[in-house]
Amino acid sequence: MEKEYLYWLCCLPCLGSVSIRKLYEYFQSFEAIYNIEETELEKTGILRKVQRDALIKWRDKFLLCRREYQEIGKKGIRFITPLDTDYPRRLTEICDYPMGIFVKGRLPKEEIPAVAIVGARGCSAYGEQLAEEFSRALAAQQVQVISGLAIGIDGAAHRGAIQAEGATFGVLGCGVDICYPVSNYALYEKMGHTGGILSEYPIGSSPQSWHFPMRNRIISGLADAVLVVEARERSGSLITAELGLEQGKEIFAVPGRVTDHLSRGCNLLIQQGAHMAISPNDILEYLGVKYRKELILHEKNVNGLAKNEKMVYSCLDFKPKHLDDIMADCGLGIGECISILLELELNGYVFRSANHYYGKNCKL
Amino acid sequence: MFSKVYSAGLQGIDGYLVQVEADVGNGLPGFHMVGYLASEVREAEERVRTALKNSGFSIPPRKITVNLSPADIRKDGTAFDLPVAVAVLAAYGMDCSPVLKDSAFIGELGLDGQIKPIRGVLSLVSALKDKGWKRCFLPEANIAEGLAVGEIEIVGIRHLKEMIEILIHPEQVLVKALLEDFQTEEDNLDYSVDFSEMNGQRLVRRATEIAVAGRHNILYLGPPGSGKSMAAQRIPTIMPSLSREEQLELSKVYSVCGMLPPGRALLGKRPFRSPHHTISPQAMAGGGRNPKPGEISLASRGVLFLDEFPEFRREALEILRQPLEERRVTISRVNGSCTFPANVLLVAAMNPCPCGFYPDRSRCACNNEQVRRYLSRISRPLLERIDICVETSPVSYGDIRGKAKQNESSSIIRERVERAGEIQRKRFAGSSLFFNSEMGNRQVEQYCQLRDEEEKLLERAFEEKHLSARGYHKILKVARTIADLDGSEQINKIHLCEAISYRDLEEKYWGKGI
Repeated sequence: MEKEYLYWLCCLPCLGSVSIRKLYEYFQSFEAIYNIEETELEKTGILRKVQRDALIKWRDKFLLCRREYQEIGKKGIRFITPLDTDYPRRLTEICDYPMGIFVKGRLPKEEIPAVAIVGARGCSAYGEQLAEEFSRALAAQQVQVISGLAIGIDGAAHRGAIQAEGATFGVLGCGVDICYPVSNYALYEKMGHTGGILSEYPIGSSPQSWHFPMRNRIISGLADAVLVVEARERSGSLITAELGLEQGKEIFAVPGRVTDHLSRGCNLLIQQGAHMAISPNDILEYLGVKYRKELILHEKNVNGLAKNEKMVYSCLDFKPKHLDDIMADCGLGIGECISILLELELNGYVFRSANHYYGKNCKL
Repeated sequence: MFSKVYSAGLQGIDGYLVQVEADVGNGLPGFHMVGYLASEVREAEERVRTALKNSGFSIPPRKITVNLSPADIRKDGTAFDLPVAVAVLAAYGMDCSPVLKDSAFIGELGLDGQIKPIRGVLSLVSALKDKGWKRCFLPEANIAEGLAVGEIEIVGIRHLKEMIEILIHPEQVLVKALLEDFQTEEDNLDYSVDFSEMNGQRLVRRATEIAVAGRHNILYLGPPGSGKSMAAQRIPTIMPSLSREEQLELSKVYSVCGMLPPGRALLGKRPFRSPHHTISPQAMAGGGRNPKPGEISLASRGVLFLDEFPEFRREALEILRQPLEERRVTISRVNGSCTFPANVLLVAAMNPCPCGFYPDRSRCACNNEQVRRYLSRISRPLLERIDICVETSPVSYGDIRGKAKQNESSSIIRERVERAGEIQRKRFAGSSLFFNSEMGNRQVEQYCQLRDEEEKLLERAFEEKHLSARGYHKILKVARTIADLDGSEQINKIHLCEAISYRDLEEKYWGKGI
């Protein structure tokens, strides 16, 4: 019964998790909050006038909310509150933990380490690749990867974890029944089965700009460490890192060139004392996970390449290069150059960021 | 009295025979024209009457009836003025049967009796020739066009008085008639641009050469100012010169649109059409009540260049789909349908994202969603008709200044293209195909056989790059052309690899899955 009243309270848009908690601490029951007189509510001084009015008005919706609550199970969605035993322990450690979270799929496991990977939406091909690589390596060691299902770094992080068949969790800024952005629908679908989609916003809430900074506290809250891959100087990723710091999480940042705008946020974090993440091992080491030291792959395998392949490979860079420039550097004809690059690509040495741009695949 | 004179009318780019009948009889004086006429044809009444008066004829007030048959085809254009005038004179009793017997008349009249040039002479005279007419009277200014048809006598007329003179004295016809003294104008195939002016961009040059050799439609992608338009403009310079039939077909289209250069009959240069991206679907494919050819027909046998490809209206692009397959376009209207040639090499150019610099993230600030939305303005079906996608490289200072090395000129590239064309002609001898790009699945099976090694490579690429069945065939067709350019009977590994690299841009940009 108490959960139904809590569900009703959580669905009220203008009420934050802290206000709900204070009300609960005052009245000792959610049902009492429902039955309270307005004058008495005013005496507590917890809510502002607008919020009080909204709360009183919201009482009419109680039956509707109760029906909805009883039916969300059919959609494969659960409503988890601090009253439940399976409420993530990690979240209770943050000061403004959500009073209710909606979950599609499952929750992160307590006993297994979790890392949040965040970064810019408009990231570079290099950043996307790095996020994928870090995530893959972490997930391969059973680390749970948490991110925000946005485009760019977030999506790449989820993708990497799924590729390694690991568990990955997305925290949304809208209802869990809504896939935002739609372009990540394939990820959204897959994560509903192999991991989980979480949100503190009720079913059917549309993505609002102020939701996103709020959900960042859950991303960092669910994790043991936060990794920032690419971030501009003022960005949501830095907010997540800051929140993580307040919550006592360890912050990692991938260093970049001083002149790159997209690495500026990361470099600033490092300057302020964040860990420098040069390889996934740095994070694994912190997490105390046992791992096997992986060989630096490309350095070893290059020896197995033919002479021409080695030469073309040496002309490449991690930053994608146009075929014209590669040809000018290695001095081979078009046909030969392309066939060597295709061979390298199919064997995983080289990636193409666009049609005729080639870059070295980074193995960390 | 009744008289009958022959002329020709235009439907699409084909002419058809028209009989102009006139009758002068008793009744209320007047001039009546019938036969499903457009208003410009109906207005011939005033022009004919006044021109005859100003040429020294007075027309006694009687009832004049003029009929243009077949009466169920709508007639437009101003070519009927002259035949109507002649028919009226004959109906008034002027004896001109010796001339009328096997002659046709085409021309517009001025009020002073001058005979003015008209559109579509090439098509009209061709139709008359095909129907077995011996002689055609034309406006003097259209003589060159008339002569280009050949095998029909052409008499150029400047003034109605001159016409009447000939009608009265038929022997003058022999003096004035011309028959094919016309020599194929060895016209200056000077395109004023050349590939040697283009520095750098080796990949683009190569891809363009392949596209032209096998008539594969091509898409250039790249940052602004990287030479996409420059390459496209130079494509006609590396195409083989037009054959006589091609010239005639193309010139008919231009003649109907009134776009032939003055004094010229046949076009020698391959056309290069670059319509603005605000073009309407009708202007692109052809249209109008009496259909006129659109850009795709004006570019026939040449290049249709669509710059800023995603900015075009969706309907204007979608309408290209069928003509690109069939190499001709059919426009249906209430008055019937017309078929125009549409044998174009489609060349499209676009930026990879709204700002143009993707994937160079140091300059491009578009996010992935913006890039995706920009690209999705081009529909997959249209994309499937483009065989080669190529990216231009960013231009360096060295490219602009020009290196010491001399760039290849158009004529050298053209030689290679012609050689590859010769191989294809031999391969497809006896069939209706001319180029590798036109091959159907069966021909691909027959002419693009791979050895084991290449087969394996293609299989791997197919799986890794998630190619479609159509993508698979396109790769083989392009590989065939590359091998032809190489003079190789067998498709080798390097040919195949190159073909794959032109293809999978589509997967890169348009097929991003999980």
